[in-house]
Amino acid sequence: MDSINGADTAWVMTASALVLLMTPGLALFYGGMVRSKNVLNMIMMSFSAMGVITVVWVLVGFSLAFGEDSGGGFIGNLSHMGLTDAINQPVGPEGHQIPLLAFVMFQLTFAIVTTALLSGAIADRVKFSSWIVFMVAWSLLVYVPLAHWAFAFQGGTGGWISDRLGALDFAGGTAVEINSGASALALVLVVGKRIGFRHDSMRPHNLPLVLLGAGLLWFGWLGFNAGSALSASGLAATALINTQIATACGALTWIAFEKIRDGHPTTLGAASGAIAGAVAITPACGFVTPLGALVIGLVAGAVCAWAVSQKFRLGYDDSLDVVGVHGIGGLVGMLGIGLFAALIANSSGANGLFFGGGASLLGKQVIASLATAFYAFAVTWIIAKIIMKTIGFRANPDDEIAGLDTTIHAESAYDFAGVAGGGSVGGGHHPLRDLIARSREEDQ
Amino acid sequence: MKLITAIIKPHRLENVKEALNAIGINGMTVSEASGHGRQRGHVEVYRGAEYRIDLVPKIRIEVIVDDQEAEQTLGAIVTAARTEKIGDGKVWMINLETVVRVRTGERGTDAI
Repeated sequence: MDSINGADTAWVMTASALVLLMTPGLALFYGGMVRSKNVLNMIMMSFSAMGVITVVWVLVGFSLAFGEDSGGGFIGNLSHMGLTDAINQPVGPEGHQIPLLAFVMFQLTFAIVTTALLSGAIADRVKFSSWIVFMVAWSLLVYVPLAHWAFAFQGGTGGWISDRLGALDFAGGTAVEINSGASALALVLVVGKRIGFRHDSMRPHNLPLVLLGAGLLWFGWLGFNAGSALSASGLAATALINTQIATACGALTWIAFEKIRDGHPTTLGAASGAIAGAVAITPACGFVTPLGALVIGLVAGAVCAWAVSQKFRLGYDDSLDVVGVHGIGGLVGMLGIGLFAALIANSSGANGLFFGGGASLLGKQVIASLATAFYAFAVTWIIAKIIMKTIGFRANPDDEIAGLDTTIHAESAYDFAGVAGGGSVGGGHHPLRDLIARSREEDQ
Repeated sequence: MKLITAIIKPHRLENVKEALNAIGINGMTVSEASGHGRQRGHVEVYRGAEYRIDLVPKIRIEVIVDDQEAEQTLGAIVTAARTEKIGDGKVWMINLETVVRVRTGERGTDAI
């Protein structure tokens, strides 16, 4: 390990921590958007991904995603099972080598947050045990192959999208964003709508929580994208500023779109637009100029604001808009590369259509996007169907109506109950009891 | 004796309290309420989806007064609560049979 670059290693390990924080950030972002009776379940769906995916990744996931290609660029091998052989191994090009285990950790945080993203589509209505089973199956059968396609560079014999076809995806427009969008669509079509969809009020119960989560996602995304340079370099700085630009622009156009269409710029729109901008720049951040990032962010905010309203027209209950924000946002970014990629931003990238590179790059971006979407949709649909037919995916309808926090987790998020709402078993904090105690002290 | 109940906009509570204090009304009960009148609530929009919020947060004030003070009290509340915009609320008054002060057992107007 004498060849390890200290600066690069420090940055990748720091970026890993940043990306890990995105998952609890996502938990708050999603948690605030559901009704108060389901907020803990929503948070648990993300939080449990940090547990489940870590175990899957260490045992076989990393190896299948990043082990030596088994042929055809489809999947890795089992050589790194258990990670014992990864100890004290370097990875990366000469001069920019980092410890393989730092890379394992960095990529693990991607696998976690991508899996957690799906929970927003099926909020408020699935059994927690089935979600655990789903995460194991989905991470191995969908995320791992797609990560191999997009991220496994092995000198031209690695993943087929990035290492063979030559489509450009800097930090996961395919494996993370289009993947989660297409998988979410398959999930909601199999799992079905929430009871009361389009009839009951399902407005967000805590928007400050949503904004806090969006802020943490924005913060973590800087590590997600700039960390994907895998070096403390000029390229990482390009990705960093591009991420900031597109995230900011996405927030602006989303609220502008809302102001024109609905009459009011909303906080939920600002948060959603920021995420849409960050999603779109994820594949492009290392290949476009700052002005390219500006255009991609502006377009993503408006396109995604329009896309999320289509679910009511099409009649599917993608509860927290994973399809509209991540699927469509990812597509905007992948196609944006075909137009705005520039060799002046990254000499090992390419020139897009608007920079004299012709349409061939755009063609590759389309192929990569469609293949990812098709594979993710098909395999996720099959996994969800099998779970639906065997152990069941939906929560008991009575539990769904009562709320999953009390029925699945035996907890309530907020103890604001009045005289009728409090439980008397087991003591604990209770506002009315506190009030009674205070009043008694005053009398004495 | 009369019981006056007022449903008002939450932000007018301080004005109403000041107005009642100014005419010498010392006691009142205030609680949070929700409801709607002819305004039928308002519309909120989340990611383009419209939700009609038909139960709007309000404040309920209850005051017990003797008959001579009743009209003046009613007028003070209405004036202090009014914004002349939709959703200002309602005030009503009913006859009270009796009132008892818990600490002393006094009854009727002595208990107010």
